[in-house]
Amino acid sequence: MKFSILINEGPYTHQASDTAYQFAKAVLAKGHEIFRIFFYNDGVNNATRLTTPPQDDRNIVNRWSKLAEEHKLDMVVCVAAAQRRGIVDEGEAKRNGKDATNLAAGFRISGLGQLVEAGIQSDRLVTFGD
Amino acid sequence: MTIKKFMFVNRKAPYGTVYALESLEVVLIAAAFEQDVSLAFLDDGVYQLKKGHSTKGIEMKAFEKTYGALDDYDVSKLYVDEESLAARGLTVDDLCVPVETMSRAALGKLIEDQDVVLSF
Repeated sequence: MKFSILINEGPYTHQASDTAYQFAKAVLAKGHEIFRIFFYNDGVNNATRLTTPPQDDRNIVNRWSKLAEEHKLDMVVCVAAAQRRGIVDEGEAKRNGKDATNLAAGFRISGLGQLVEAGIQSDRLVTFGD
Repeated sequence: MTIKKFMFVNRKAPYGTVYALESLEVVLIAAAFEQDVSLAFLDDGVYQLKKGHSTKGIEMKAFEKTYGALDDYDVSKLYVDEESLAARGLTVDDLCVPVETMSRAALGKLIEDQDVVLSF
């Protein structure tokens, strides 16, 4: 089956991202396909490479980056939600005159059309949020 | 393009959190993709449709008008849980757009019919 995943909450405050990660791993372990993982609302905060949790805690951002690299996952961060919350890649930095970037490896910034497309193309779009 | 039934389930008050606003943003994109879009309002989500949003005091942009503009995007299926309305002392006359009210059970059936359900 072809799945897509929507994550609407940020890391550490809310379990949504943790549960989505476990779900994604289970989906892949069962041999299913993940078409796309879309980060929206505070979920875009899962994509900052500047996260530094204590050493004995899980690193949620790096975990996503690693999973994406291992399975060639398409992880998309909503551009409007990212702009509001200061998640920036090089293109966004240039466009909006910002002096830094913080988008973690494996993520890309794009529009909400990518979420709607994920809904159209996938057998299941599963939301993790409040 | 494939047309799927997208339902947006709105459960939260319009201000206080960003969910209602960011839900509307996806609604408009789904409509632009010419999908079969509907919206359901339940729990505090029914407050999103209450007439007369007045946000000056909280320095937020009021987006009541966006609900009125949905029809221009061919989004006209707005469903409201009648129990949620009644529990808050509201009737359809308090709402800023025409809606169809229904029981929670009927709304549940409608949700079951959808291809994609996005809950905000």
